[in-house]
Amino acid sequence: HSISRRVSRNSPSGAARQLCSGVLPDTLDRSSESFIRNSQAMEGLISQLHSQIHQVMNGGGAEAVKRNKSRNKLLPRERIDRLIDRGSSFLELSQLAGHELYDHALPSGGIITGIGPVHGKLCMFVANDPTVKGGTYYPITIKKHLRAQEIAAQCKLPCMYLVDSGGAFLPKQAEVFPDKENFGRIFYNQAVMSAEGIPQIALVLGSCTAGGAYIPAMADESVMVKGNGTIFLAGPPLVKAATGEEVSAEDLGGASVHCRTSGVSDYFAQDELHALAIGRNIVKNLHMAGSTDGWHHKLSNFKEPLYAAEELRSIAPTDLRQSFDIRSVISRIVDGSEFDEFKKLYGTTLVTGFARICGQPVGIIGNNGVLFNESALKGTHFIELCTQRNIPLIFLQNITGFMVGSKSEANGIAKAGAKMVMAVSCAKVPKITVIIGGSFGAGNYAMCGRAYSPNFMFFWPNARISVMGGAQAAGVLAQIERGNKKKAGVQWSKEEEENFKAVVVEAYEREGSAYYSTARLWDDGIIDPADTRKILGLCLAASLNRKPESTKYGVFRM
Amino acid sequence: NASDIGSRRNQGIEKILIANRGEIACRIIRTAKRLGIRTVAVYSDADENSLHVKSADEAFRIGPPPARLSYLNASLIIEAAEKTGAQAIHPGYGFLSESADFAQHCEDKGFAFIGPPASAIRDMGDKSASKRIMGAAGVPLVPGYHGVEQDIDFMKLQADEIGYPVLIKPTHGGGGKGMRIVQSPKEFIDSFIGAQREAAASFGINTILLEKYITKPRHIEVQVFGDKYGNVIHLNERDCSVQRRHQKIIEEAPAPNINSDFRSHLGQAAVSAAKAVSYHNAGTVEFIVDTLSGQFYFMEMNTRLQVEHPVTEMIVGQDLVEWQIRIANGEPLPISQSQVPLSGHAFEARIYAENVQKGFLPATGILHHYHPVPVSSEVRVETGVEQGDTVSMHYDPMIAKLVVWGEDRTGALIKMKDCLSKFQVAGLPTNIDFLLKLANHEAFGNGEVETHFIELHKDDLFVDPNDSLSTQQTYNAAIHGAATAAACACEKKNVAMRESAPGTLSLWYANPPYRVNHCANTTMELEWDDEFSKSGSQQLFINITCLSKGKYQIETRDGNFPGIEMTVTQLGDHNFRVEHGGVSMNVSVSTYLQDQMEHIHIWHGSNHHHFKRRVGLELADIDESQHRQASDGSSSHPPGTAVAPMAGLVVKVLVKDGAKVEEGQPILVLEAMKMEHVVKASSGGYISGLRVTAGQQISDGTSLFTVKDG
Repeated sequence: HSISRRVSRNSPSGAARQLCSGVLPDTLDRSSESFIRNSQAMEGLISQLHSQIHQVMNGGGAEAVKRNKSRNKLLPRERIDRLIDRGSSFLELSQLAGHELYDHALPSGGIITGIGPVHGKLCMFVANDPTVKGGTYYPITIKKHLRAQEIAAQCKLPCMYLVDSGGAFLPKQAEVFPDKENFGRIFYNQAVMSAEGIPQIALVLGSCTAGGAYIPAMADESVMVKGNGTIFLAGPPLVKAATGEEVSAEDLGGASVHCRTSGVSDYFAQDELHALAIGRNIVKNLHMAGSTDGWHHKLSNFKEPLYAAEELRSIAPTDLRQSFDIRSVISRIVDGSEFDEFKKLYGTTLVTGFARICGQPVGIIGNNGVLFNESALKGTHFIELCTQRNIPLIFLQNITGFMVGSKSEANGIAKAGAKMVMAVSCAKVPKITVIIGGSFGAGNYAMCGRAYSPNFMFFWPNARISVMGGAQAAGVLAQIERGNKKKAGVQWSKEEEENFKAVVVEAYEREGSAYYSTARLWDDGIIDPADTRKILGLCLAASLNRKPESTKYGVFRM
Repeated sequence: NASDIGSRRNQGIEKILIANRGEIACRIIRTAKRLGIRTVAVYSDADENSLHVKSADEAFRIGPPPARLSYLNASLIIEAAEKTGAQAIHPGYGFLSESADFAQHCEDKGFAFIGPPASAIRDMGDKSASKRIMGAAGVPLVPGYHGVEQDIDFMKLQADEIGYPVLIKPTHGGGGKGMRIVQSPKEFIDSFIGAQREAAASFGINTILLEKYITKPRHIEVQVFGDKYGNVIHLNERDCSVQRRHQKIIEEAPAPNINSDFRSHLGQAAVSAAKAVSYHNAGTVEFIVDTLSGQFYFMEMNTRLQVEHPVTEMIVGQDLVEWQIRIANGEPLPISQSQVPLSGHAFEARIYAENVQKGFLPATGILHHYHPVPVSSEVRVETGVEQGDTVSMHYDPMIAKLVVWGEDRTGALIKMKDCLSKFQVAGLPTNIDFLLKLANHEAFGNGEVETHFIELHKDDLFVDPNDSLSTQQTYNAAIHGAATAAACACEKKNVAMRESAPGTLSLWYANPPYRVNHCANTTMELEWDDEFSKSGSQQLFINITCLSKGKYQIETRDGNFPGIEMTVTQLGDHNFRVEHGGVSMNVSVSTYLQDQMEHIHIWHGSNHHHFKRRVGLELADIDESQHRQASDGSSSHPPGTAVAPMAGLVVKVLVKDGAKVEEGQPILVLEAMKMEHVVKASSGGYISGLRVTAGQQISDGTSLFTVKDG
């Protein structure tokens, strides 16, 4: 497509910048039809996103919020706001988990997770929302809790559990209790992280019943609030039913019992604010010697990109068949829009290169079309370079897949793809994936999809994810169906076939949306494209909280 | 030793010891420095690090905090002067300044006492003797009868001669017992008999004196100066009518609404008074002026430099401390009466640490924030304290004197109001807001000053909570103040965190703080100290949303305040530029922690507001007991409990624990800063828990006793 080279609005001398190696030119045609169309479409998507976010911010609704307040309890996000350093940022994860997942709303999946600093130490927060179904654990609640623990384990972030939950959601016990990645895994993770020296801190700000009782019990240190905080394996009704004993919740498992008698909890808090203050103090007193000297650099004085971040909203097409130059995205994410491209002229459908994001060095891998043999090999080579040098990797996914056809197969595209998947899988440097357009088929794998355990993974609101495009899938399925019908000797009218295809396309359309993905925690959240740099910067800082690890690869098929 | 004394006498003044503290010590040091005279400060243990000690060339410790053991200890002060080799002693005001013995002692030891001769102090110190001397010298005295003859008809004749209204007063006792104001001759007999009876019953002696009762009195005083060669001049008058608790708070020179004839009569009377006692050095002759008749009468003479001397300095363009030193050094008066200028108008406002609402009770505390207005040739700030200093219970709670000068009274008043609204003190209650109300009062603006001014205009000076319009205005101003303070506090924190963030994490401290897909938002619960409302304080819920760098959306939770957008730029530690609705202005915000509360003061426009906020997170070291104590502290004492209204010394305990008392019965007497305060029973019943004893030092808020029923 046509690229008009225009002088950037931010600089009087675009020409001079051309001489400086590494600075990406401003290639955006702001008067083009596609620019305007994309901007309008994205504006709609973002306002839709904001209205969805606005809804979940209200938790379980006005009535429940009022009840919560009447008990002198803060909402989970307010609790976190008071725990993190004043004036600091909070990277909330998977805000739309549980979106349209059940037959009733489950705002944010009933649990708030995210990262923020306490006394200058980044912590992972896991806060039950008691206004949403009493803070009980639905399957997605557990998934979100476990995902937060996974990130904490990966980045070695101390965990703060703000417990206020009725335990497992009993009607769905079969989906929350027995399996490997179910309720029990929470405590397993606590134990394993504690063993690795990752602090586990529980603040019991509400009830903590049955299984939930193990969260503070398994914690390294725990705080309980007088009156509101209770811990017991069985609540008063169950105790009465089981033993006939009549006892109040406070006498059965209140702060006094557990801080003075049982020793289940360590700190007695007069009220919620006091508990939060103690929580901050606990973090202040963590002396995780050697854990923060990792590979940090002084992060002041980095350059902002030369081009406006808001323009990212105008770049990504909502029609994924339209292509765009990934460099126009990179130039709005990296410091000074400086990008030192690696192997620029080879395997050009994959763009690789070195840059910095908020002062932190990164290797960026972005798609500029279908993956060919050469692109996959280039990607593998680049990942090896980055792991060798402990440079975190950023994947900007906009990929329809690997090239198909006899020529590609004969060239061993599967072999080349396998090499890249091997490299991505084994790379021990921090990996962050942002899906900015399509994420289809094996392209998702090679570009560090969810299965490849990126430290963080985000969706732009326009992005789509599925094993292949809806139309392609419908074609394949229709072909098989037609074969089956033929074998059975059944006539299949053109109309019937179109209907069949339409159903498949519709399903792919629905299941491929960012909301479908984020509701199920296939990612860590939908983000405004304009926030991409900010979020990558925060995620990198969180990922660099641990010491570098050396990478070891498996057998590369040559 | 005798030779020491002799050599001191013969030497000129090269080094002065200042037998005082606070602003006056600093004031004297400043002039001495300008004259090239070295200074010695004396200090008690409470003042070891105070400004007057730091300002002086040398400093000498004279004892523990109580004044009688330090600043009132004459022999220790003389000893300090001997040890440091000073030739002269300046007593300042208060403390030993009007002790004839001390003045004599100084002279005996060969030190120049920078003040009048001991004889003049003695003459003027005895109130009845001084009136006798003044009467003989032809200085007008309040007409009256002070004789022994008490025959009722004779007394009536005396009263008729004095002219009505007449005050009937028992010669003994006090507290207003037996006192009567008689408006006309026909009321006299009844009132006189009643007063006699009451006096006899209360004091056992029924002698009565008569005085002219002055309905609308003004307090006008004249600054006089004399040298050792018999020359005495006056430097015009000051009006010091506006008083509370019989202490001046706003003084001015010249007195408003008097003509030059009256001024020269007053001045001549004052000069005559001084000459009658062979006065030299600085003195003040106080007169009571009957505004109805235009008569003035001698009250007393203050034989020292007065607190309010700067207003005189401002209108005559002279340094009175310099005059004092020169005269003590034997020099003649630098100018004659005809050369005394009178230029423009000057005000002095005394800024005190005090609880205006608790009847102007003295307050103590730490000056967490102290930013007086910038000084110039027309604005003076006389102070003896610095930010971080403590106003203790041991001495006078005056923080500063604000002195302004203008071409005329109107100009000076505008300047004073401006300075008062910009005079920033936080950490303890002050009378600044009250002074501002006074200065803004129409009657004050017209110069309609009189001794009962505050009592007369109390409805205007203390907002009536039943007046819904002004209550609403006050509330709106407070909400706006709270919103602005909240925005400034947020901006300051955001900027500070951004700058002090650990290097590797600086990204996480953004301005504004980042939130995914929404704006960071916080609710501040502020307790507004509405000192003019009956309830005392109100909770304000301020919701702040960080829109972008420095830009905030502010709403109140109850929604009775339209949400506003403010843009805040931090200019300095406490100073901000705040833009709202197209108007931008400078505001100052000070915060400090005290008693587990964050105190927020804001000065915006001509408003000053004070808010308190409970802190949970900032507590550095929390332990259970501390927290419990705090929560108990906020919950009030059991009903009927009396708490100490101020820090001070228990002077007398009037009843025993367990005693039955009537409502309003005095239980004990506290003394602080020269003032006595009687703590009374709030209701009838039995006293319980009374453990304090006379001589015990107690702190503000101490529980004293409880009154229990039956």
